[in-house]
Amino acid sequence: MSRWTRKDLLGLDDLNAEEIWHLLETARAFKGVGERSLKKVPALRGKTLINFFVEPSTRTRTSFELAAMRLSADVINIAASASSLQKGETLKDTALNFQALRADIIVLRHSSAGSSRFLADRLSASIINAGDGAHEHPTQGLLDTFTILERLGRIEGLEVAIVGDILFSRVARSNIHALTKLGAKVTLVGPSTLVPRTFERLGVRVVHRLDEALGSFDVINLLRIQHERQRKEYFPGLGEYISMFGLSKARAEKLKPDCLIMHPGPINRGVEIDSDVADGSRSVILEQVTNGLAVRMAVLYCCAGGVGLSS
Amino acid sequence: MRMLRIAGGRVIDPANERDGFGDVWISDGVFVAAPTAESSPDDVEVIDAAGLVVAPGLIDMHVHFREPGQAHKETIASGSRAAAAGGFTSVVCMPNTTPVADNAGTITLIREKAQAAASVNVFTTGAITKGIAGEELAPYGSMIAAGIVAITDDGHCVQNHEVMRRALEYARMFDLPVLDHCQDYSLVGNGVMHEGEWSLRLGLQGWPRVGEEVMVARNVLLSELCDSPIHCQHISSGGSVRLLRDAKARGVKVSGEVCPHHIALTDRCLQSFDSNYKMNPPLRTERDIDALLEGLADGTLDVLCSDHAPHAFYEKEVELDQAPFGITGLETAFALCCDILLHKRNVINLPRLIELFTANPARLLSLDRGTLSVGAAADVTLINPELEWTFDKEKSRSLSRNTPLHGVQLKGRAITTIVGGKTVWTLED
Repeated sequence: MSRWTRKDLLGLDDLNAEEIWHLLETARAFKGVGERSLKKVPALRGKTLINFFVEPSTRTRTSFELAAMRLSADVINIAASASSLQKGETLKDTALNFQALRADIIVLRHSSAGSSRFLADRLSASIINAGDGAHEHPTQGLLDTFTILERLGRIEGLEVAIVGDILFSRVARSNIHALTKLGAKVTLVGPSTLVPRTFERLGVRVVHRLDEALGSFDVINLLRIQHERQRKEYFPGLGEYISMFGLSKARAEKLKPDCLIMHPGPINRGVEIDSDVADGSRSVILEQVTNGLAVRMAVLYCCAGGVGLSS
Repeated sequence: MRMLRIAGGRVIDPANERDGFGDVWISDGVFVAAPTAESSPDDVEVIDAAGLVVAPGLIDMHVHFREPGQAHKETIASGSRAAAAGGFTSVVCMPNTTPVADNAGTITLIREKAQAAASVNVFTTGAITKGIAGEELAPYGSMIAAGIVAITDDGHCVQNHEVMRRALEYARMFDLPVLDHCQDYSLVGNGVMHEGEWSLRLGLQGWPRVGEEVMVARNVLLSELCDSPIHCQHISSGGSVRLLRDAKARGVKVSGEVCPHHIALTDRCLQSFDSNYKMNPPLRTERDIDALLEGLADGTLDVLCSDHAPHAFYEKEVELDQAPFGITGLETAFALCCDILLHKRNVINLPRLIELFTANPARLLSLDRGTLSVGAAADVTLINPELEWTFDKEKSRSLSRNTPLHGVQLKGRAITTIVGGKTVWTLED
């Protein structure tokens, strides 16, 4: 346990490989809890967690809520639309109120990059970043890494592709940090406007032609194209995107036979991924969701200093 | 007759190419010649300047005092106290007050407040366009009558090139200096920091160099077209320095200014997500710093200034992308430049450093300041270029504390500030 000393989880860029391994190993221990008929341990009994989602989310919020419940914490969910942010209260003041209510953990989803760091620097409560703008989504990065590790038995040396809108993706950034720190070779694939060459400074390869690289990947992680908020100057349209970067059946056939197909969800069937491919045997999309629960239990447990983990 | 003698210092007056040990004499608020034996005054006050540099009063041609409209951030009185404590005897205020200084009435109000409350010379600018909205020209003639020394839409930038062209042509009729904050809105968008590796890592919207360079290039071309001078404010990009250098070599009447934070800090600082590193234009890279230093050394860049932009603590204490741009700077600007340009990087000498803070801004804005010439207003700054000290923002005279320089060790600073022969600030031991 000496390997984890942080009160917060703000991003994976901050962590070293040892810390990431520690969270993954803790998650493995917790995964067993979810497989039991009695899916609950008393590790965080008496602790209070506030799920503060200033930006909407269903999947991540539900996952954190369940994770906290399985650790026996008391959980409150607050959405931005129901919070005093609507009345002009600042993020800091709202969070200070949570702290005054003796919240031990605040899980924050927010559209501003750095918002979790901002609170972590100012509050004694544990701050867990559930996605801050285009910056990081550390539990997603961890659960993707956990899923790869569980399926393929290793991370080091694997060829992992991340395809899509990398520029605006916090999921991509957290994946890049976790995977490169653990020794994977990461390739970013997408249109040059959404995958600028500057990403190479993060220790990854940048490729703009998916077809040429398909056969080399051990893992392909498809990000959702956020066409509802994509500005038109970044790419001409969904049709062209699908023709160049969508994982069609034909492209899926060119992948290695045991290549994992991943997606952080929510998926757009027929856009970034063909519907049958998403449901196919190589797809681990729903396993990612299951693993997300174990990873979030581990993160809450480590950051909130929980005790009494039963095997 | 009463006289003031500043005795025994190294007198540096770039406007007169003077650099040597000697005395400076002041009487009735102006510099006078040393008295002869026959005209010996009966009452002489002496300031011992041994070991110090005696310079013309420093000028900061780019500050934001928030009166009228946002006096909780800064007033003319508090801002001028901060100026004095930084060694500045003159400041030039930007017009983005509330309401905007785009008419004679508002200018008059600012001038009257300054007259009543300021301990240093407070010069004012007017807006280029009404409401700094970039569409209609403001009434330059009446604003000049009310006392402006230049026009600028600082904080904003006139996007419409036709409007900017006509502003230059119209201002030229009055020999009115035109200053421009160079920012192309379409390229910058909602950018909050320099576009590069760090904006990519941090997931923050980038403010690319080209967003500045496009407007510097535009200004060069319009200056050429109208044969009219234009001054580019707070240059941050190495590319802008190149554009200005090439234009000057062709004889185009462009000039440029640099803020100390742009040569002291880089975009890497934003990894703390501290809003005190958020300013417009943004902190850039080591490469840009090298280009700015080169520009200051070779004469491409003409002026150093603070872009003192006070904001209340609670206004900056928010998510980074929602925080206002800008930092305070009056009390650190000269010292930081001294520390970097003279000591750490040693790219210019002391006379050049003083020129960038005195003779050059005075020349660009036609101010009768920035010199120790006999007959000129007796504004003097005494400088100890070797003094090592630590900046403590809690001791600041400004109403605001939004600076990333708290606790930073600096070498060199102003020691005493004299305006019109009167000491308005002196460093306490």
